[in-house]
Amino acid sequence: MKTVFKIAWRNVWRNKLRSLTVILSMILGLWSGLFTVSMMLGLNDQRMDSAIDSYLSHIQIHHPSFTENYDLEHTISDYDSLSFFLKEEKSVKSFSSRTIISAMASTAHGSAGVRLIGIDPEVEKEITTVHKSMVKGTYFNSIKSKPAIIGKKLAVKLKLDLKKKIYLTFVDTDGNQQRIKLKIEGVFKTASSLFDRTNIYMKQQDLQKILHNSSAVHEIGIICKNLDVVDNTVDSINSKFKKNKAESWSKIAPELGYAQEIMGSVIYIFMGIILIALSFGIINTMLMAVLERKKELGMLMSVGLNKRKVFYMIVFETIFISLVAAPIGILLSYLLISYFGIHGIDLSVVGEGLEEFGIGTRIYTKLSLNNYWNISILTLIVTFLSSLIPARRALKLNPAEAVRAL
Amino acid sequence: MNVIETTKLFKTYSQGDIQVNALNDVSINFEQGEFTAIVGPSGSGKTTFLNAIGGLDTPDSGKVIINNTDITQLKSNQLIDFRLRNIGFVFQAYNLIPVLTAKENVEFIMLMQGETAKSRKSRTEELLNAVGLKEQINRKPGQLSGGQQQRVAVARALASKPQFVLADEPTANLDSTSTSNLLDIMFRLNQEEKMTFIFSTHDQRVIDRAKRIITLEDGKVISDVIQ
Repeated sequence: MKTVFKIAWRNVWRNKLRSLTVILSMILGLWSGLFTVSMMLGLNDQRMDSAIDSYLSHIQIHHPSFTENYDLEHTISDYDSLSFFLKEEKSVKSFSSRTIISAMASTAHGSAGVRLIGIDPEVEKEITTVHKSMVKGTYFNSIKSKPAIIGKKLAVKLKLDLKKKIYLTFVDTDGNQQRIKLKIEGVFKTASSLFDRTNIYMKQQDLQKILHNSSAVHEIGIICKNLDVVDNTVDSINSKFKKNKAESWSKIAPELGYAQEIMGSVIYIFMGIILIALSFGIINTMLMAVLERKKELGMLMSVGLNKRKVFYMIVFETIFISLVAAPIGILLSYLLISYFGIHGIDLSVVGEGLEEFGIGTRIYTKLSLNNYWNISILTLIVTFLSSLIPARRALKLNPAEAVRAL
Repeated sequence: MNVIETTKLFKTYSQGDIQVNALNDVSINFEQGEFTAIVGPSGSGKTTFLNAIGGLDTPDSGKVIINNTDITQLKSNQLIDFRLRNIGFVFQAYNLIPVLTAKENVEFIMLMQGETAKSRKSRTEELLNAVGLKEQINRKPGQLSGGQQQRVAVARALASKPQFVLADEPTANLDSTSTSNLLDIMFRLNQEEKMTFIFSTHDQRVIDRAKRIITLEDGKVISDVIQ
């Protein structure tokens, strides 16, 4: 078998141009495929991270009916004991309570439906990154009377600027229409333009005063120590505080959770398609090699090389091509993905479009070592399967034909 | 003692609508140590006959008995193994393995036979020495002349210590000097080692050196003379 190995390896380099063409196409296929996949994963992760950091957090707790119609009366039950539990819970890194109402915002230039979120500005810093997303003004530290910060898209739509007033109308728990006036202290811009268009932050104590309810809390946002403990923490909260409903980020925004789930399969489907396309090139090249060497293969069978060894010789020859191409393609991909994983790819030219999907303008590529390993194995499997057709063709050769052709 | 016995070999090919009798009732025996040329015009059945006795092709009917084995009854894999251990082949176009050196080409057959490294090395050197290629053992076929390649092919054919060597037009691509050298080598091996050589040829120089000449025409033996 050692000699068959040796002949197969040397055969790879008999027609250098042809072998190098196949090797190069495999390198480029793997390189471009893995890079594209890493971008897809990076985009998806960024979309998820950005949503979690901007507004979702890992877990949200509400009154079970609150999210159906944002009813002001659907506040969180047993807030004090729940708050105590969350402080003691080891998997919880930090949490923040929020008071939320739906309102109609209006200025001299227009109006828009918004979500008015009352927060404790300092505590909220531990949960979301709105304080880091300020593009104009400050984050609750310069205006004393009912300051508000609003999303950039909303500011543009309502032609609002710093220190301008905004009026918000909502219906209170008695069914009476209330109108409040806030002063713009800052403008934020997150990766999601939808979020920026529909949300206004104000101080929670100001909002609770307006509602005449100093303990009105409609939402608790929680950040866990890591993503792996989220589901267990949700179960733990739900089992202890049955009057409330805790949900993980993937349940609150199912499109993000679903995207995360299917992305794992998409990688292999995408790479599978690329490898199948490459396999046609391999089959074509190896079939040509077999047909060109018809006489030689016939001679080998004439002098006593059995069919099993002829079959292995062609299979080895094909696998050697991929054993040269795959490590180079994967190494190049690894270098490129690692580089752009640190420095990111600037997509600001299509930034607005990406923001509509809640994605930032700098994409960080990402691919796990497990993915590299699995794709290497997938490449070898596809190569092996590709070798079967030319190897089978070689087996069909009649040694007498080779002799007769001389 | 007969090395090869053939009895009533028939083989017909179709060429379009025409049936060609490549072998038509051929019965020839070969003894140990023969140096035989099979001659005849193109299409007379020379190569078909060599293929039949070499186990490369199966006749439509008849027997080919080598070492008390009727090789027409062997299965494909049995035939491959039989050829490996009993028959040496020399082809018109040399047909060496282009990616292996002269030494590796000769060793290849013994590797397949499972010979030890020591015996392979000594026999390879001995054979390449015998065919006058001691200095070229590490050259690949592309670095050798036609005559030198054919001498490597002869060394390869003898490497397995076969019962006999079949050579299909071995000198067809060689100049007169190379032909003469090759014939000298084969003749010497025939004389010294009693190796049986059977050629198909048109080449008068080969015919002149042969001890027995069998002439085929339309698949039939029309003469069988010892000179």
